[in-house]
Amino acid sequence: MSVNYIPRRFDIVRDNERCVQCGCCVRQCSNECHYFAEGGKIVLADASACVACHRCVDLCPTSALSIQKHVCDYRENANWAPQYQQEICRQAQTGGVLLSGMGTPKPYPIYWDKMLLNASQVTNPSIDPLREPMEIRTILGRKPRQLEVDAAGNPLGEMPPQIILETPIIFSAMSFGSISLNAQKSLAMAAKNLGTLFNTGEGGLHPDLSDYTDYAVVQVASGRFGVHKDYLENARMIEIKIGQGAKPGIGGHLPGEKVNVEVSNARMIPEGSDAISPAPHHDIYSIEDLRQLIWSLKQATQGKKPVSVKIAAVHNVAAIVSGCARAGADIIAIDGFRGGTGAAPTRIRDNVGIPIELALAAADARLRDEGIRSEVSLLAAGSFRCSADIVKAIALGADACYCASAPLIAMGCHMCQTCHTGKCNWGIATQRPELTKRLNPDIMHERVENLIHAWNHEIKEMMGGMGINSIDSLRGNRLMLRGIGLSEKELQILGIKHAGE
Amino acid sequence: MKRVYAKEELCLNCRLCEVYCKTAHSHSKDIVTAYKKEEPAPSARLRVSGDNHLSVAINCRHCENPKCVEACITGAMTKDKATGIVYVNESKCIGCMSCLAVCPFGCIQTGSFAVKCDLCRETGEPACVKNCPNRALVYTALGGEQE
Repeated sequence: MSVNYIPRRFDIVRDNERCVQCGCCVRQCSNECHYFAEGGKIVLADASACVACHRCVDLCPTSALSIQKHVCDYRENANWAPQYQQEICRQAQTGGVLLSGMGTPKPYPIYWDKMLLNASQVTNPSIDPLREPMEIRTILGRKPRQLEVDAAGNPLGEMPPQIILETPIIFSAMSFGSISLNAQKSLAMAAKNLGTLFNTGEGGLHPDLSDYTDYAVVQVASGRFGVHKDYLENARMIEIKIGQGAKPGIGGHLPGEKVNVEVSNARMIPEGSDAISPAPHHDIYSIEDLRQLIWSLKQATQGKKPVSVKIAAVHNVAAIVSGCARAGADIIAIDGFRGGTGAAPTRIRDNVGIPIELALAAADARLRDEGIRSEVSLLAAGSFRCSADIVKAIALGADACYCASAPLIAMGCHMCQTCHTGKCNWGIATQRPELTKRLNPDIMHERVENLIHAWNHEIKEMMGGMGINSIDSLRGNRLMLRGIGLSEKELQILGIKHAGE
Repeated sequence: MKRVYAKEELCLNCRLCEVYCKTAHSHSKDIVTAYKKEEPAPSARLRVSGDNHLSVAINCRHCENPKCVEACITGAMTKDKATGIVYVNESKCIGCMSCLAVCPFGCIQTGSFAVKCDLCRETGEPACVKNCPNRALVYTALGGEQE
């Protein structure tokens, strides 16, 4: 046996007074931590492969299990923290790039937590959303510079395609391949019932989702997987994926073992082959090239589908967004560096990109300065943990917010960050049939809908408190925000005043 | 009549239906006590067959013309005319297991008396269906596929 230089991360604690040896944990753990001993009489656990996904904890009928952090101290060292030592040992063993799933867990500043919302007192009335109408309907798409009407009030000229959403929350891109078909179907069902959108990622559209194409955002990414005429024509919106917040500047790699016959059909690639998305689009090396692709996609769909461009939040985000708007994008999605992923090199995920709060504020301000803000809709992405984050994003200038991690958590994800291993015990980030069947779309679409309904209610409550009865009046209304504990520079970039000002 | 139908494509092989069935048919109605303390030990009336790749909970079909009722020599096995539920009158059962021999689905378990599903007729809601974490068990009059 080779020596493992890395102590285990968790302990599985079993209350033997409560454990009835039913073996549910044994059968549910895809990491094979639990096992029967003594001829099936007792259940034991070896936590070395435990990822703290809580599948065993949540399904144990007697609540006999808990997961605890395994304590194994190193000599204190502020520089050589245990995490770095362990990662070095892992690389010394494998010689490979470190991979991680989900968004960065590093303690970077979260500006949502440093902004406070306003409420009405005396000088203007707050509104009770349970008694008075409250509008959160959101319309995405390029707006004409001015509306011309004839004498009878009929609009003249053509209105660019618009998408009407019943909530400012849409589900971000997660491909079939990175997540299971059941997970994607749950989101599609929820999107249809909620009047919002889900996003196919770059994995193509599975035929089982043909009932939901009116609610689908289809991606055209650097690998061009699954892109064909019907894919573009049946969608509600087309998105050119330039970058992803969790891994700006690099492509994607779906390992061949996840490319089963279903994934291979949806992506239009051979079964078992690695699905590699190049880092750049090799036909887009400039804004002018982007304009050509946007134009081509609009031509291919007779100009009926809005075209979105999704970019990762990077240092020059404001200028890039301005360029995308001028290249003809109807919608621009900015994905902040805390955004999630099915797999990303750990170093990229934890070190590249900028927070969505700053990127969004900078992009919105730039577009307004240039007088072209109304020509595009801005979508913010990159980790919205609750409805207050969404309200703050809209006040900073977002038209709507892309959420993915929150709906995944509603479906069972426990943020164990091992999506890339393909062993997701909750049936989300896996293609193994014995695991994907654990996610029943009939249950999960209800849970996702419940979550968004709850957030919609909370958004209305917060708007009502501010005396605002339409989300359009909140959009870009930075006077509703105050910073707390922020430097002069941060306030300047966010375009908000400090609390007390 | 309403029956329990199992959807094998959703069955997780967690076997919690067995746990909750056993508990529902215990005296204490407490899982830990039912498993560890009760004498005689209660038993589950359905069982999950298979492995993580393909599994299904097998339980009594409450047949229109039950073979087990025909075979019963003491009249302990009864089909309730009103509800259609086939159940064992424990005070009459002598444990001869003639019912077990004739059941075409293998849905009767041995014990000091014949043990079988009674669709939780006392509570009206089968514990296996109520506690299935993935809705792999449905309780319906329509049949499994039409549900």
